[in-house]
Amino acid sequence: MQPLQILHPDGTLAAAPPVGRDEARRLFAAMVHARVYDRKATAMQKQGRLATYAPFEGQEAAQIGSAAALRPDDWMVATYRDAAAMWMQGYLWEDLLLGRIGDERGGSPPEGVPVLPPSITVGAHMLHAVGLGWAERLRGEDRIAITYFGDGATSEGDFHEAMNFAAVFTVPVVFLCQNNQYAISMPVSRQTASATIAQKADAYGMPGVLVDGNDVFAVLAATAEAVARARAGEGPTLIEALTYRTGPHTTADDPGRYRSGDEAAAWRERDPIDRLRAHLRAEGAWDEAWEQGILDEAAAAIEAAVARAEALEVWHPREIVDGMYAEPTAPLLRQRDALLRDLGES
Amino acid sequence: MAQAINQALHQAMGADDRVVLLGEDVGRTGGVFRVTDGLQEAYGEARVVDTPVAESGIVGAAFGMAVAGLRPVVEIQFMGFTYPAYDQIVSHVGRIRNRSRHRFTAPMVIRFPYGGGIGAAEHHSESTEALYAHTPGVKVAVASGPRVAKGLLLAAIEDPDPVIVMEPIRLYRAIREEVPDGPTIVPLGVAEVVRPGSDVTVVAYGSMLRESLRAAEVLEGAGVSAEVIDLRTVSPLDADTVIASVERTGRAVVVAEGHRTAGMTAEIAALIGERALYSLLAPVERVSGLDTVVPLKRAEQYYVPDAARIAAAAARTMEA
Repeated sequence: MQPLQILHPDGTLAAAPPVGRDEARRLFAAMVHARVYDRKATAMQKQGRLATYAPFEGQEAAQIGSAAALRPDDWMVATYRDAAAMWMQGYLWEDLLLGRIGDERGGSPPEGVPVLPPSITVGAHMLHAVGLGWAERLRGEDRIAITYFGDGATSEGDFHEAMNFAAVFTVPVVFLCQNNQYAISMPVSRQTASATIAQKADAYGMPGVLVDGNDVFAVLAATAEAVARARAGEGPTLIEALTYRTGPHTTADDPGRYRSGDEAAAWRERDPIDRLRAHLRAEGAWDEAWEQGILDEAAAAIEAAVARAEALEVWHPREIVDGMYAEPTAPLLRQRDALLRDLGES
Repeated sequence: MAQAINQALHQAMGADDRVVLLGEDVGRTGGVFRVTDGLQEAYGEARVVDTPVAESGIVGAAFGMAVAGLRPVVEIQFMGFTYPAYDQIVSHVGRIRNRSRHRFTAPMVIRFPYGGGIGAAEHHSESTEALYAHTPGVKVAVASGPRVAKGLLLAAIEDPDPVIVMEPIRLYRAIREEVPDGPTIVPLGVAEVVRPGSDVTVVAYGSMLRESLRAAEVLEGAGVSAEVIDLRTVSPLDADTVIASVERTGRAVVVAEGHRTAGMTAEIAALIGERALYSLLAPVERVSGLDTVVPLKRAEQYYVPDAARIAAAAARTMEA
């Protein structure tokens, strides 16, 4: 299986791009914007302003390219490393930051944004996307669902159950696997003996597509095709986007213990942003001032998001019990009152 | 009782297009205990779904449907087969409302038979409701007979939060009683004083209600007036009804089929200790299953509490 590639790593074209020049520039701007967020969040964690953070640097094309293939009302169920994809679908940076600051209110995107809060457990959430897409089909709607997960998640039983349910019931869902080569410290060879993850689709009776995940055009083209199939009632697709997390699993981990510098350097040569920049430059669609403008705008937007997230007042302990049910139950109300008494706040 | 549950499902599906059923063998054969008999014929394969054999898959997919605005009702064939779905329940079903601070919710029902009494194979006689009562974000209702089963299920389907509804396996065909034809609701979180009495309070639910009522008959013959409470919901637990009764009688026997340690009897006894200690005339008695796996058919009766053990426990409180 050869990965689909439209942009060679040096930015030259292997095939016709799926989008025109303006859309290509928009994808570039989004990837740069996302990287500014990722680096800011990583820095904030080092300053003690965020709890552990899972950086996605290196995976921007896989996330931005796939999310760009969606309609704004399509469901997205993603993980803690998929902030760029979630942001593309309407989740706010400040809400993503709030989650990492340690505040449940970050799990509540603006009304109408069809993106579930990031899944922290690995694998279970793929089934949620199946249920979301299935519900839309039962209602006769043409909304679809997409779910993001990594190579490690394909070892979970819920990966099997989600793929199987989706195929058996022809559910409009796209399985977007970012194979970033490592699940914390273990290489993909410890997750599967299959040559590719994409080929697993075959056993479930659905198409499996292998793409160069650092090629934003290839990811967009493959996802657009999968989305169109789903929307047309033809069922699920598994996409394996080959990519690499440039940084650690989370800010709590040191990748030097389990992978070589040579390997990381080789992948940096395939950086998704550098690649698209080279293409745009060759097309006369890039200049330094334009990119600087994107960087400045992103920095300002993200600083503002940080300020809003950090300014949100810590909630009163009284409110802790309010999120569990539509109305707090009698036992919870007693527990709340006891807590307030102990805090001297009754 | 199976018939009453079937009637509830018919009424819910007829009244609300959002209600869908998912489970193993629920459609074509109408379920292992025929609880969903005739529903697929009435509402079609799209709304009554025979799923692959995958409990985590069923609950996880139903969860997604609930978030999207449907009202899925899941059947798991036996309580012992809910464990593969436990991660979905504890990590997602019970959390999405809080995780998203009410932006997303999962109004869904997970119903299954539980408990012993029919000499079934291993894993088919579980009574581990304490696991689910211990799980934040879900409610746990336990049917004690046809009328309560129907009313709890309809309440669960209407509830804005996920509800587990447990049905005593041994009562599916064993109890006949008048059930109101129309939609009847048994509110979640409200216990019922099924038999008033003045000497001792017997707190029970599910399969143990019938045993407790039988024990009350025996006790009456011995001149002891037992008040029997059906909790109907073990989470949230209606402590007020229990406490009010114990304050009147001064004695309590707490009955549950599940394991003893950290089980429902422990929780209820602790609540009585916290809130009604000074009303007690005798130590609280617990009658429960043992901390063993449920024995197979030949020894099952030594595990599952019965009327004689409940009556004996009540008599001990009278001697104190």
